[in-house]
Amino acid sequence: MNRLVQRLGWPGTIALGVVLVIVLVAVFAPWVAPYPQQGVGAPNVAAKLSSPSAQYWLGTDHLGRDMLSRIIYGTRVSLTNGVLIVTFSLLIGLPVGLAAGYFGGWIDEALMRGTDIFLAFPALLLAVLMAAALGPGFLNSIIAVSVTWWPWYARLARSEVLVLRGQPYVEAARLAGVSHARIIARHILPATARPLTVQAALDVGPALLTAAALSFLGLGVLPPTADWGQMVDAGRKFFPARWWYSAMPGLAIFIVALAFSVLGDALRDRKGGASRGAA
Amino acid sequence: MELARYILRRMVLSAFVVLGVTFLVFIVAQVVPSDPASLYAGPRPTAEQIEKARQELHLDAPLIERFAGFAKAMATGDFGVSYKSRRLIAEDLRAYLPATLELAVFSTGLALLIGIPLGVLAAARQGKWPDRLGSLSSIAAVAMPTFFLAMILQLIFAQWLGFLPLSGRLSREISITAPLQMVTGFNLFDALLAGRLDAFGDAFRHLILPALTLASYPAGVAMRLTRSAMIEILERRHVTAARALGLSEPRILFSHALPNAMGPALTVIGLSFAYALTGAVLVEIIFAWPGLGRYVSEAILAKDFPVIAAVTMVVTICYVVMNLFIDIAQALVDPRVALS
Amino acid sequence: MALLEIRNLSVAIPTPEGDVHAVRSVSLEIERGEIHGVIGESGCGKTMTGMAALGLVPKGARIAADRFHFDGEDLRENAGRLRGRRIGMISQDPAAALNPVLSIARQMDDVLRAHRDMPRQARRAEAVALLAATGLPDPERVLKSYPHQLSGGMQQRVVIAQALATGADFLIADEPTTALDVSVGAQVLALLRKLVVERGLTVLMITHDMDVIAEACDRATVLYAGLSVETGPVGNVLQQTGHPYARALLAALPDAAPHGAKLAAIEGSIPPPRSEINGCAFAPRCPQAMPVCAMQVVPERALAAHRWLCHLPEGSA
Repeated sequence: MNRLVQRLGWPGTIALGVVLVIVLVAVFAPWVAPYPQQGVGAPNVAAKLSSPSAQYWLGTDHLGRDMLSRIIYGTRVSLTNGVLIVTFSLLIGLPVGLAAGYFGGWIDEALMRGTDIFLAFPALLLAVLMAAALGPGFLNSIIAVSVTWWPWYARLARSEVLVLRGQPYVEAARLAGVSHARIIARHILPATARPLTVQAALDVGPALLTAAALSFLGLGVLPPTADWGQMVDAGRKFFPARWWYSAMPGLAIFIVALAFSVLGDALRDRKGGASRGAA
Repeated sequence: MELARYILRRMVLSAFVVLGVTFLVFIVAQVVPSDPASLYAGPRPTAEQIEKARQELHLDAPLIERFAGFAKAMATGDFGVSYKSRRLIAEDLRAYLPATLELAVFSTGLALLIGIPLGVLAAARQGKWPDRLGSLSSIAAVAMPTFFLAMILQLIFAQWLGFLPLSGRLSREISITAPLQMVTGFNLFDALLAGRLDAFGDAFRHLILPALTLASYPAGVAMRLTRSAMIEILERRHVTAARALGLSEPRILFSHALPNAMGPALTVIGLSFAYALTGAVLVEIIFAWPGLGRYVSEAILAKDFPVIAAVTMVVTICYVVMNLFIDIAQALVDPRVALS
Repeated sequence: MALLEIRNLSVAIPTPEGDVHAVRSVSLEIERGEIHGVIGESGCGKTMTGMAALGLVPKGARIAADRFHFDGEDLRENAGRLRGRRIGMISQDPAAALNPVLSIARQMDDVLRAHRDMPRQARRAEAVALLAATGLPDPERVLKSYPHQLSGGMQQRVVIAQALATGADFLIADEPTTALDVSVGAQVLALLRKLVVERGLTVLMITHDMDVIAEACDRATVLYAGLSVETGPVGNVLQQTGHPYARALLAALPDAAPHGAKLAAIEGSIPPPRSEINGCAFAPRCPQAMPVCAMQVVPERALAAHRWLCHLPEGSA
């Protein structure tokens, strides 16, 4: 515990704790949620739009469903969104960047100019266009965000490969006539995959934030599945009189994204103190 | 000379990117959706109506031909007709684009104005409380969902404190009773052109909340980038050399280190502008801002693909052009950029 | 009274793993009008000694000395004020010492503005004069340039002109020729010699290169592991070398070895910067080490102005 705090600092350690709790909550949602039935969508109209109380800690929505239970179930969508987006993006970006960096020449040129085109779009807009074309839905919204996300990994992978390709042991392998596939599998892929996976893990927060924006626009998971972005949007009709409807899921998104970005920051900031003139 | 070559190369690349963007938008808007013809034909179309729509849309033509038609239409500013309203999209854009640009420019300025000085301060007081506070708030700004921040700001400043308008671009007293003549489409400009201080103030007050919402994330990024760039630069030899030459600390900070950090600052302009253009989709709905964002979000619900495609094209081209300017500016600020 | 007097200077930098003894005990006396070479391997504390005199040690570093005075003023209190007024710096890599995004004109002007109360036009003229004084052929054109448009030698001349612009009469030159071609380096050394004579400057020349000492310096001090182990007129230090380490350094010179023979390298490595040292710091590497060397405080040997620290008696080399 002490070593953890020393490595991550207090904010980082707390963030790690929050992330772990959220993961646990997502996994054990049916046992954690006070009203699991309402969490998966069963209406409870008698109690609609109740303000937070001992019975409904975070109030209820327009169908009377317990906000806390909905939010707890929402962790599942939110986390899978984040994780799947970076996974899909890695699956596209890594091979593209590998090929571009390793083979160079016209392959590099073609692939990187291609990624440039994707990067030329303001990201959310391309995701919106893509999601609109595919139609709303859990998987579609993830695909839509991944389409805007992978070029970053392609670039990162390429720059990693460019460094590796110049290494003497890679040169030696190539001169010794080892096949491209073998060199990539043996030397390039493992060394590239590590920094990329770290980056992807750090990107889970921003990714689920983007996914939440899409579902806020009605391009995410379809009701009755609990989804935070969609809940914020649904609550707008009752805002600010029934502020909790929008505020609670909004807060949930903020806390999760904050935990991920503080954790990411703590992992990145591993540099020592700097020196400077004393006078 | 190097500079001219660099600028030319950037322009060629940008043109290429625009072509690629057009192709991608074409694919996503016209090829991916399952049945554009029935959407075009209107609600509950008959088989003949759909067939007619297929012909009007040239859906049976080869892909290349369709793309050529699409690209030509985009190039000439002919964005077609909205499926839903049957209005000319180009006309809608003319009304909505200035509102979004006004918001984007204003929020970008706000982001730089907040982020850069805070970044310099944080770097100069590295590890002390202004630095810690700044880092904390910038992390929070990055993690805050735009749409949620918009609602919080509305709640605090419009609902509780009541000194800023809840939504809209102008008060009813101005827009209905004594409307502004639209010249540039930028309310602030138009108000000044007409010498209408009341309208200027009103437009300004309406801008603050949405612009602040859109500025928070880029301001956080600007702060972090400026901070880390400044810290890195303050470690450099030429800063030590400047100290050894007896230059004063403020002079070193602002005139010997900050210009070297302008690269990141310019990057932030691009990022902030892009963020404002896309964040507009979320923010304009909440603040009832009559711009492209609200226009496109309505189009999304109606599956109005020509509108979505047109907005994506226009916004992306704004963004590409903006980035081109930034690259050129970067080369002007730092002459070494043009060499790489 | 010497212009710069340093007696038993130490600089310790605290780190989580313990103090780094960047400078353990350095004594130096630099007379007005001389070029005084300070020579040693990297990590011997020569640069940190210079930075201490400029008041530019890392944050938190502790400076202690029996005497640490410049022209009678205590550097521990006044380094910040003297820096850039009386004491100037010429750094190792001129490309890094100049701000890449500002024109030379701007960088010269900033220095002049900080130190001289003159109108703009006069500052411009002064900048041209200073650049010309460093032997730059076309000062007007140089002023309009950015650092990357100049060669290394020209950049170093600009750096020297900046140091002159402060009006400093004492320059700390930290490896001023290392980043340059040999012939360009020789020109820069000649320029420094000329400026010393013409302008009455005093120079502390930090270097790891015995050639630089032989070529440009009047007196020299040899540093090893943060200790000044030998000091004296260059002729004595080079020819009647007292300290075995200084002899080893000389033997490592390409010129000293017969053509085709392997260069003499010094076996072993310098003591770790965090360790405490008893007796002679060089004893573990010294070919002439005696049992006493590692245990007892090293006595100072002296022949007139030539002094060194060694257990070996004089003349036994």
